[in-house]
Amino acid sequence: MLPEMRRLLATCTFLTCRYVDSKSNNLSYWGLDYPPLSGYQSWLFGQAIRSIEPDAVALHTSHGYESPHSKFLMRLTVVVSDILVFFPAVLLCLRVFGGGKTVHEKQWWLLVVLLQPAALLIDHGHFQYNNITLGFAAGAAAAIAAGHDCWGSMLFCLSLNHKQMSMYYAPAFFAHLLGKCLQKPSMTQQVFGVAKLGLVVVATFAVCWAPFLASPGGALQVLHRLVPVKRGLYEDYVANFWCVTSPVFKWRRVYTQQALVTMCAGASLVAALPSMIHQIMSPSPRGLLMGMANSALAFFLFSYQVHEKSILLALLPVTLLAFDQPVVAAWLPVWAALSMYPLLRKDGLSIAYLACLLLWLAVVAPRSSLQSEQQSPVQTGHAYTQSKRSRRLGPRVGAKLVGVSGPQLLHYASLLSLLPAACIHVAQCFVQPPAQLLHLYDAAFVTLSFVHIFSTAVYFNVSQWSLFMSLVSKKHSKRS
Amino acid sequence: MTPEYRILTVLAALRLLLVPAYRSTDFEVHRNWMAITHSLPLEKWYLDETSEWTLDYPPLFAWFEWCLSQVARYIDPQMVQLESLNYASDACIIFQRSSVMVSELVLIAAVACACRGATEEKRVLMYLLILGSPGLLLVDHIHFQYNGMLLGLLLWSIIWIQEGRHIAGSIAFAVLVNMKHLYACLAPVYLIYLQRHYCRGPKAVQRFVALGAAVVAVCGVSFGPFVVAGQLPQILARLFPFGRGLCHAYWAANFWALYSCADKALAVILPRLGLPVTAPEAYMTGGLVQVTQFAVLPSPSPSITLLLVLLALLPCLFSLWQRPRPESFLPAAVYACLCSFMFGYHVHEKAILMVTIPMALAAADSQWNARQCFVLSTVGHVALMPLLFTEQEYPIKVGMHG
Repeated sequence: MLPEMRRLLATCTFLTCRYVDSKSNNLSYWGLDYPPLSGYQSWLFGQAIRSIEPDAVALHTSHGYESPHSKFLMRLTVVVSDILVFFPAVLLCLRVFGGGKTVHEKQWWLLVVLLQPAALLIDHGHFQYNNITLGFAAGAAAAIAAGHDCWGSMLFCLSLNHKQMSMYYAPAFFAHLLGKCLQKPSMTQQVFGVAKLGLVVVATFAVCWAPFLASPGGALQVLHRLVPVKRGLYEDYVANFWCVTSPVFKWRRVYTQQALVTMCAGASLVAALPSMIHQIMSPSPRGLLMGMANSALAFFLFSYQVHEKSILLALLPVTLLAFDQPVVAAWLPVWAALSMYPLLRKDGLSIAYLACLLLWLAVVAPRSSLQSEQQSPVQTGHAYTQSKRSRRLGPRVGAKLVGVSGPQLLHYASLLSLLPAACIHVAQCFVQPPAQLLHLYDAAFVTLSFVHIFSTAVYFNVSQWSLFMSLVSKKHSKRS
Repeated sequence: MTPEYRILTVLAALRLLLVPAYRSTDFEVHRNWMAITHSLPLEKWYLDETSEWTLDYPPLFAWFEWCLSQVARYIDPQMVQLESLNYASDACIIFQRSSVMVSELVLIAAVACACRGATEEKRVLMYLLILGSPGLLLVDHIHFQYNGMLLGLLLWSIIWIQEGRHIAGSIAFAVLVNMKHLYACLAPVYLIYLQRHYCRGPKAVQRFVALGAAVVAVCGVSFGPFVVAGQLPQILARLFPFGRGLCHAYWAANFWALYSCADKALAVILPRLGLPVTAPEAYMTGGLVQVTQFAVLPSPSPSITLLLVLLALLPCLFSLWQRPRPESFLPAAVYACLCSFMFGYHVHEKAILMVTIPMALAAADSQWNARQCFVLSTVGHVALMPLLFTEQEYPIKVGMHG
């Protein structure tokens, strides 16, 4: 991924009209296909690197250029954007969502959000700037949850203008903000609320797209690069519905591309609908995060041209919900990293993958049962401390049969689910796949991951509705 | 998961992340030694000069390399060929880095043993100070050496001696010296302590004989085959290469560094006062490993440095003679290593680990100990920084020291 990023920096450093194919900007060699904010960020970093090592970002001559110094500088830009955008956003989220938690719980939450293996491996290994997109989105969630809807909308628009994959969150933000507006007492205030937000969105977009709106057809050219309808239903191996079912049903052969795009859009929206309806009816801060998770999962599982890295979008809200859903927040990132293993292996990141998972294990492994008995539940802040909500959701009947508590059963079940993945990893090291099934292991990884990610999507939809049910029952009990 | 396992998991992750990091020539040294021990008969191990990195550790370490080579040949057969100079395939790098991690289990086991019965805070502190030592990470897992295993053996020896298991402790020490003769600086401490603490009372003679027999047996196993092959003079020449000069290319932070500084200062000042001085250009600082004559001050010979080490050790030995208590053994051992570091001939900056790691064993016991350990380890680790000079490792250096 380093060549692509370096190309972006070079293009943005030197050219004004960066989305147009021309002699000086050959779009077939890693052309810019992210929205304008990515372009501006690339320009900024390009200027910085140009002042230190100009050859690394020279427009035509830096194709394939990789010196140890330039690699170090580029990796540093990701670290800098982490520090400047992602970390402050996460701290804001802690402030907003971490009320009433102990210091230990907050520390654990921070480690879960910041050391999540999939994000570490993709941003700092494969090399991307997802931390900026996710940082803005997290900041938006925190702002909206704290009641600053306009700031939140602006931050979400910035996230959208950095990478179009933030569209996966759009239904959740839209539904939540609409729900909040509809809760205002009078019709005038509701309309005014919607109009105010609309204005903020339009203004943010106008500022970001200003240089392209100035030239005729500039905005269309950008959109043309951003929406990859010329690309296929999926690329390589991704743990989504279309890719996993393709060995059984050849979607690409049966339907035209136009039909497939429509089907994907329809399926994604239908999958995201329950969560949207819930938020319109009963918006809440926790509901917003759940909505973001459900929306991102729906689009990851059913959308068009989904990349395996898009699972990061679902991971952000899931890890931000670590206070309420510690087991899932600990377990899903492992499956996300697993689902990306074919990509990581191609990048030569197998050892880094193992190291990040070990680090993750050290962060999320619960204390030994002896220690958790000695400590009060509030202090431990891990899978064995469950909020009342999740205890209600735990598999009580099964747990009672086996003689363990609900949360413990969930914990053991989540560990057991990793066993097949471990077996496939071991098999891959020692057993060659048959000649006619060369990508057997990749297919196995994404199929297994799909099953678990799909189950998580179902679980989170149920959890989000149970939030609603608990609120309704509270209202009923208040009235009576 | 207990805190100790959590710390071990994090440290394991850190070590794995360092697999692709910078490797010094020591990587090729150990690969070459695996090749020598695998490809050549025993009689030729200390004679081979195919590579410039000739075998210069005692025989037990050569046997350790031989054991590694028995596994290595199945992983990448070319790794253990003598002609594969500077060979560094992915499999080779992963194997060698893994061998360092696996051999470090000796140190981990020693720390776990030393922590038995201690409170959780003390256990966490010891694990962090010893296994999380930035110096150990830098020297073993980046620069590439097997100090973890050797320091583990040293800690086992000290633990056993302090627990009263003198024969086991002596055997561990004998094995250690037969793996890296640098640890022979501790021999006076062991001799005095064992003589005064163990070899007394009605069974004094029997104990002395038992100790002697154990140590001689270890040395016999180690040197025996080579003595039979008539290799002893060659081994000794390889183990004590006094042609290397008083200071290493990178000076260790010891007395001779100050001495060389003073000499250089005098070489600049004296001519200005009208006294003639002949000073070769960039002597001592040219990055070369060679014997250099000092410009103004007398050049110390290896015997002088040995004398100074022993002189510095005298107060400690005297105290140990007077009061050979188990709790005095560890501080005495640490002091002996420090004397050897301060006044020894051709000391590497990495030798500071011999001081900081055993010292950390006592750090959890008192604030005074902890303070000494903190100061010495901070200074020692800063002195190790020149070992990592590449750009990519700069964040690692800064991060570790932070």
